[in-house]
Amino acid sequence: MLAADAAAQAAGLRVGMTVTKALALVRDLVIEDADPAADAAALERLAVWMLQHFAPIVAADPPDGIVIDSTGADHLHGGEAAMLATIVAKLGGVGLRARTAIADTWSVAHALARFDARPSYVSRPGHAATDIAPLPIAALRLVPEGVDSLCVLGFTRVGDLLAQPRAPLALRFGPELGRRLDQAIGQIAEPIEPIRPRELIEVRRTFAEPIGAPETIARSIGRLVGQLCDALEQKGLGARRLDLICHRVDNRVQAVRAGTGLPLRDVKRMTRLLCDKIETIDPGFGIEVMTLTATMAEPLMPKQAVSTLVEEAVPDISDLIDLLANRVGEQKLYRVMPVASDVPERSVRHIPALAPETGADWPGRWPRPPRLLARAEPIDTVALLPDHPPVSFVWRGVRRRVKRADGPERIFGEWWKCDPELAAVRDYFRIEDDAGERYWVFRAGDGEDPLTGSQRWFLHGIFG
Amino acid sequence: MSDLTDRAVIAELQQHIERIEGPRGRARIVLPFGISEIDRRLPGGGLALGALHEVAGGGNGAVDGAAAGLFTAGIAARTRGKVLWCVTRPDLFAPALSQAGLQSDRVIYLDGGDEKTILVCFEEGLRHGGLGAVVAEVARLPMTASRRLQLAAEGSGTIGIALRRWRRQTEASDFGQPTAATTRWRVSVLPSTPLPVPGVGRPRWLVELIRCRAGESADFELEACDDTGHLHLPPDLVHGPGQAEGGRRSASA
Repeated sequence: MLAADAAAQAAGLRVGMTVTKALALVRDLVIEDADPAADAAALERLAVWMLQHFAPIVAADPPDGIVIDSTGADHLHGGEAAMLATIVAKLGGVGLRARTAIADTWSVAHALARFDARPSYVSRPGHAATDIAPLPIAALRLVPEGVDSLCVLGFTRVGDLLAQPRAPLALRFGPELGRRLDQAIGQIAEPIEPIRPRELIEVRRTFAEPIGAPETIARSIGRLVGQLCDALEQKGLGARRLDLICHRVDNRVQAVRAGTGLPLRDVKRMTRLLCDKIETIDPGFGIEVMTLTATMAEPLMPKQAVSTLVEEAVPDISDLIDLLANRVGEQKLYRVMPVASDVPERSVRHIPALAPETGADWPGRWPRPPRLLARAEPIDTVALLPDHPPVSFVWRGVRRRVKRADGPERIFGEWWKCDPELAAVRDYFRIEDDAGERYWVFRAGDGEDPLTGSQRWFLHGIFG
Repeated sequence: MSDLTDRAVIAELQQHIERIEGPRGRARIVLPFGISEIDRRLPGGGLALGALHEVAGGGNGAVDGAAAGLFTAGIAARTRGKVLWCVTRPDLFAPALSQAGLQSDRVIYLDGGDEKTILVCFEEGLRHGGLGAVVAEVARLPMTASRRLQLAAEGSGTIGIALRRWRRQTEASDFGQPTAATTRWRVSVLPSTPLPVPGVGRPRWLVELIRCRAGESADFELEACDDTGHLHLPPDLVHGPGQAEGGRRSASA
């Protein structure tokens, strides 16, 4: 028996059991032969998918893991924690339960993902040793016999080993243990050999002399982009993701990723996108090989240019959008679309900046404030119930007398979304104080029935 | 006679200054407000396209920037093409912009996080030239940054509006610092137009043109943007430049 999920473990099955014992425990067990080759191939496919969606340097970490170098790619997903959440959510969508961790070194991330209680963990930079210290010895990726013999000697945690002098350990257990410990705390580099699927469109330049100056890198990027565009043109494709990987003389790899909103095959724009990131490349003692890959490519058809005099050319801003999106992240650049909901905070949703225009708009019958507070702030009011606006209110420590008011605009809870909203009501008022400032306040409840809300008042927005 | 000579001399000097300032052919194109009282005060008869403008709120508006935001949205709505709106705080409510004439399809929001990123993206947007207007909500606008933005706007012909918005009202004194912006506006809320029945009438603003390159500063009392982004003169002021009653006031009182 080679694997056991939560259901199997609940039934008492354990990895390493014999089939007969397992059959004795669970009567109608279906037995499948293990197929390590197919598993490895599936893991490889998953790694390729990760490569296209998350980061330029990805490798399968058999038997059950994938290692990603997230440097320079996490900002496109809104930060490290958000990137892990996206990975878990996307894998969850296809029925895979993933455990993820980000750490300084491959070893620590590998250990945290498998031996930490939290399903997603983002370690702070520079804390590799403290993160791995409380984990069991098995987290070090040693051969099982090594782990057993260390346990016999009384070592249970990685921290115990880190505190020991190295020489006796090396004498007793060979160099492997010391190497794993050094890899964990980042004293020995552990390069990731990135997967390169054969169908990827990739161009490569090798330099006779290592390069390092930004101008030289920019020139090489220009040449690589030219070659890549030729290759893309032959296949009728346009790039959606561009990965520039720089191999340094000290065997480290620096990667830059750029994404585009629409398929792109334009030398100038691609060069601009990549050259924008040159400052993030640390050339160290020099770069000897640069590869440029169109990790994700989509068909790109030639487009008809404006050919009549009446038709007006719409300025193309996709290049600007790509440039900004690569700088601040794709999620940070958006358009806002209406949602059919009367609850103000639910009436907007974000869509990609280059999504096709819909022409949809909010119903404009009621004035809406240009500033909507992220969370409605409670205010103390003097108000007649049930349907009068407040006479005065205190917001952020300042008392304001209401001079004019409009309302109520009653908004009912969306009972089809969640049960507690079945009876909920909000009564919105637009009020103006004697200085002329206009606010949007609401009462949670209809002013009579306690089922409809707490009858407390909140300030939700500020009118101009 | 001497009056005519003076005028000729002044015109000649103005031409000389324009030569020094460099080619500004596109910067000459203006976006009129459609209200002769305002347009008369602005050189060229409107808000210059291809230039940087500053807008801030007065009183509490320096912090929330609600009226200033709508004023800006009204200007942006009257341009053509897409609008890039860079924000640091995600409290802008898009339906209100749509009610000021700026449809949701036209606005691309950029949540920059910090001011430095916002300024970089602001400049990038201005430099591109394909956008109708670029708006950025910033607190600090140093001279160097504003100069770069102004040059970028001049080069592309896109109007740039720096919506000045501070965290605290005390920081709003920063608005007195010089920048390279072409005009500087302050928009404060006034009590709305009185209605014969209970209710809030059309919002009114005190729009102050604090600084204007090659022009003089002025105050206007106006009614807020309608659904096409146009401001209006209050009905009781249409037939004369009557002084705004009440004038400037502190909103936090």
